[in-house]
Amino acid sequence: MSELSDLYQEVILDHNKSPRNFHKLEGATRTAEGYNPLCGDKVTVYIKLEGGVIKEISFEGSGCAISKASASMMTDSLKGKTLAEAEGLFEAVHKMLKGEMDSDADLLGIGKLAVLSGVCNFPARVKCASLSWHTFRAALQGGGGMTSTE
Amino acid sequence: MKPAHEVTDAKSWRGARSPLDVARIREDFPILKRQVHGKPLVYLDNAATGQKPQVVIDAVNRYYATENSNIHRGIHFLSEIATADYEESRAKVKRFLNASDTGEIIFVRGTTEGINLVAQSYGRRFVKQGDEILISAMEHHSNIVPWQILCEQVGARLRVVPMNHDGELLIEEYERLLNDRTKLVSVAHVSNALGTVNPVKQLVEMAHRRKIPVLLDGAQAAPHMKVDVQELGCDFYAFSGHKLFGPTGIGILYGKSKHLEAMPPYQGGGDMISLVTFEKTHYNILPYKFEAGTPHIAGGVGLGAAVDYLSGIGLEAVTAYEKELLAYATEALCTVQGLRIIGTAKEKAAVLSFVLDGVHPHDIGTVLDQEGVAIRAGHHCAMPVMQRFGVPATARASFAFYNTKEEVDVLVRAVHKVLKVFR
Ligand SMILES: Cc1ncc(COP(=O)(O)O)c(C=O)c1O
Repeated sequence: MSELSDLYQEVILDHNKSPRNFHKLEGATRTAEGYNPLCGDKVTVYIKLEGGVIKEISFEGSGCAISKASASMMTDSLKGKTLAEAEGLFEAVHKMLKGEMDSDADLLGIGKLAVLSGVCNFPARVKCASLSWHTFRAALQGGGGMTSTE
Repeated sequence: MKPAHEVTDAKSWRGARSPLDVARIREDFPILKRQVHGKPLVYLDNAATGQKPQVVIDAVNRYYATENSNIHRGIHFLSEIATADYEESRAKVKRFLNASDTGEIIFVRGTTEGINLVAQSYGRRFVKQGDEILISAMEHHSNIVPWQILCEQVGARLRVVPMNHDGELLIEEYERLLNDRTKLVSVAHVSNALGTVNPVKQLVEMAHRRKIPVLLDGAQAAPHMKVDVQELGCDFYAFSGHKLFGPTGIGILYGKSKHLEAMPPYQGGGDMISLVTFEKTHYNILPYKFEAGTPHIAGGVGLGAAVDYLSGIGLEAVTAYEKELLAYATEALCTVQGLRIIGTAKEKAAVLSFVLDGVHPHDIGTVLDQEGVAIRAGHHCAMPVMQRFGVPATARASFAFYNTKEEVDVLVRAVHKVLKVFR
């Protein structure tokens, strides 16, 4: 049985209470808005790109603990990454949330983000965790439109 | 259970106001015996859909196992009994709503389709550029979007009656908004997000003084209180079978004959015609004019069984019992620190929307689910209501006559568990 404590780990609760990089970013070169129509979660991701490197990244929005913590940890882990590294991380997180990680070694590769691995046992919550990542990707791809989980 | 014809008469129930035998009633619902995450299911999402008593499941089964055939078109035995059963369900619904004629009872997919039917048939014929449609601030999306589509098509304007902070419509504003351009009023009988029971009889009277027809969205009312369309005086009334403990995919649109006669068909196809040539088609009589194609026959039969079942229990007893449950649950939840109830109208059905300081409703939903408690977390297809109250979403517990005070206690304990996880 999936345990609540696997989902709501201390780290997640902490990021929910005091989210990191939780503000608008002046001088952002990329931004996108994401929306989960199912539960009304909203997130805006701001990115400052310099020479293919994510110099700064932040977010704003409202949402559940999972979506907020996921966005917060995402900004923490993407800061300073190259676009290629970021893409790799996106794929890895995506796999983890779908419960398709083959081994613990895979989990090691994504570092702190591994605390979100419990989410895959709560199918209704996977979109909460992936919203900020999809929004991040939409911001990179430009367009600046609205990303939806549906 | 007694056959329905012995008990559908409301008067015979007035004497029998004894409290419901909920323990016995629960035996009628197989799903209530199941466990969720190793805990007994506490189903408090009745506003989303109601559970099905065995008699409804049996009726659907029996239809497929012994009667399956197409209706209104066979001359063989099966088709005759299936047609008779389907039409008998229509007659049951007619009695259930106290409509004056079975021709006024149209089978549709649900409330949503009922409202769309009126918007596209009545609306496109009678609503013109510059006209207005009046709805309320507490409508479900299915009583907003069909009107927006219509307004776009004909150049009409959608106007909205505001509500106060308890979630009650402002009647003076309603009066003020009714005017010569208003061509239709469409409001919820009971709000799904707030539980408010609107004073619909009064709303209908006020509109009728100006000869404006009124559609009532009865999705949340019909399963929980006696609805008499003649007493209410409404022109249209829509509800969903699945919320009334019947099958999904079937629902009812009631419409006064004088309107239905004047309205063009909603969809074209088989069954809705009396004569077709390539030059001209003659439409069938009511209600068939509005029932194109093979309908959800099993659903109709199941809905008939659901109507019988609910009438057998007695809607007055149901309303009284649910009121008691609501009072008990409201009092219990109010003791939870940081909990705020959204929707505090004086007249309420058993719907409890709430928010918890510092905890998103979605997280409440997940914790409660782990305790076996099924509630809804989200905007309840009523985003404008959420905006009005300044919340992105709420958690909503909604009750039916098979719920118990013990289940309310489980809910409250589970909410305390939420606090433990998040504070
Ligand atoms: C007030 C109200 N109106 C309309 C609907 C739509 O009903 P359905 O989805 O069954 O068509 C609902 C269902 O949630 C409702 O609560």
